[in-house]
Amino acid sequence: MEFLVIILSGVLFATAIYNLLQKQLLRIIIGTVLLSHGAHLMILTMGKLKRGQPPVLTEGVTQYTDPLPQALILTSIVISFGITSLILVLAYRTTQENKTDNMEQLRGNSNE
Amino acid sequence: MSNLIVLPMAVPVLAGIILVFFRNQVQIQRWISLIVMLANAGLAIYLLNLIQAEGVMRLDFGGWEPPFGILFVADSFSVILVLTTSVVAAVCLLYAFSSIGKRYENMFFYSFVNFLVAGVNGSFLTGDLFNLYVCFEIMLLASYVLIALGGKKAQLRESIKYVLVNVISSWFFLIAIAYLYGSIGTLNMAHISERIAETGQAPLLTVISIVFLTVFGLKAGLLLYFWLPGSYSVAPTAVAALFGGLLTKVGIYAMIRVFTLFFYHEPSISHSLIGVMAALTLIGGSIGAVAYKDIRLIVSYNVVIAVGFILVGLAVATPAALEGSIYYLMHDMIVKTLLFLLAGTMIAVTGKTKINEMSGLIRNYPLLGWMFFIVMLSLAGIPPFSGFIGKVLVGQGTVEAGSYVLLTLAFISSIFVLYSLLRIFLGCFWGETIISIEDKVPMKRGWLFPSILLTFATIGLGLGAEFLAPYVSDAANTLLDPEVYIDAVLYE
Repeated sequence: MEFLVIILSGVLFATAIYNLLQKQLLRIIIGTVLLSHGAHLMILTMGKLKRGQPPVLTEGVTQYTDPLPQALILTSIVISFGITSLILVLAYRTTQENKTDNMEQLRGNSNE
Repeated sequence: MSNLIVLPMAVPVLAGIILVFFRNQVQIQRWISLIVMLANAGLAIYLLNLIQAEGVMRLDFGGWEPPFGILFVADSFSVILVLTTSVVAAVCLLYAFSSIGKRYENMFFYSFVNFLVAGVNGSFLTGDLFNLYVCFEIMLLASYVLIALGGKKAQLRESIKYVLVNVISSWFFLIAIAYLYGSIGTLNMAHISERIAETGQAPLLTVISIVFLTVFGLKAGLLLYFWLPGSYSVAPTAVAALFGGLLTKVGIYAMIRVFTLFFYHEPSISHSLIGVMAALTLIGGSIGAVAYKDIRLIVSYNVVIAVGFILVGLAVATPAALEGSIYYLMHDMIVKTLLFLLAGTMIAVTGKTKINEMSGLIRNYPLLGWMFFIVMLSLAGIPPFSGFIGKVLVGQGTVEAGSYVLLTLAFISSIFVLYSLLRIFLGCFWGETIISIEDKVPMKRGWLFPSILLTFATIGLGLGAEFLAPYVSDAANTLLDPEVYIDAVLYE
């Protein structure tokens, strides 16, 4: 099971990096979102998948899955939400002010 | 066990939240933020002496014993950096009072400065790897806002690149933490160190250490500094000074911590890689510093050179070299801030940014000129000033370790630093004056006063090296002997 998920997150990474290397700003943002999904999936996998019940304390259950990676992912999902919304607004403002969303044209020029 | 350790992070967070409610009362915002920074500085001095007497301190949040809970650990190294951070932030605030403008101040500028400082202090003090990630994010989110605040064309253009690079490095940080958790099974720094020492550093762990090196290299600008000059040169002066003084230094701190506490078993791989990266950083930074005519770019490339220099000390990892790195880190935080402030003031009074567009400033602004001269000497490492002792100790360490290539590169880079700044000094301050008396922009006292404070700080740091020596050598000893740290965290 871990093997499959690692391949899946590898695919997510590959797609993310392909998107990050594009010129269009929105594509790049999609790339960062995919990268965050890959990273979160990786944390879950690294805590070993499916060894027991959901980590909620109940009578008669002795085997639980590792709760720590889930807490880490929850924290990091919230952070990634915050950052993604910031980037989206920033990208919107950047395209408005600079009148382009093409990263090639967003290079600095020496005449400013 | 002391609750005081949490204050350098908790107080700025609280102040930042409180300031959100005083959006239009600029005076209240100014005073509260300044008092917070000064209180932090005082607290750091007190903690530093306490650590000398009682050894490394820790604070377990919620009373959970170390491997299971989050904790803050204060050793001399972190507290020295907290002290320097508070001084730098206070001075940048003083500069911001008279330069940043009402437009910024009404848009929660001071709140974000407080959050930035909270993130920086938290990163220095935390004893938990994931908590380090969270503190990094606090710092970075505040810095994203500060760099984009104002919304000018160039600012937005560079800030989007800055944000993207840092977001990518943050996700890689997460991956590195995931790998380490998968192979070691703990997130507490002392516990990680102990478990790695027990099992020996397997090749897998060395690979993970390289992932960490990449992440912190991106944050600190070690070899992967391509994002740095652009983003540091668009922000307003007070913000750029804050960034130049603090942000890359947190990456350097994390790198020093990780490679002295966790991954010190295979120095032939990880530390020689750091050495190579530091060497290339020195070369690249030196080329950048002499290649440009834009003052802000020259100053930004000087940040890159200093990062390379400090990590030469980590690469050889002898006691003298690490002490030198710590001295140089303190010196560099203070002097880089001063350099950014002076460069910003020069641009503010002339309205130009290129060397060849201004000249003869010394006639109109003598104090500014001589302060720039002192900074230049201090950065080059001329004896009475603060850069000297760090350079000597790093040099001594590299000689002891026999890495003469690093020694040569580190000292040649000093000449490039001197040359690049001398070019500014000769080009801008000497020669025929371009500003006639009637066009002269009056120098505000609020612009000069913070720079004067930092000039005294660099002179004081140079002359008072003897006074600082016990703290710095204690910091270096804790770094070199992970047992001290582990014992303080796990077995006390």
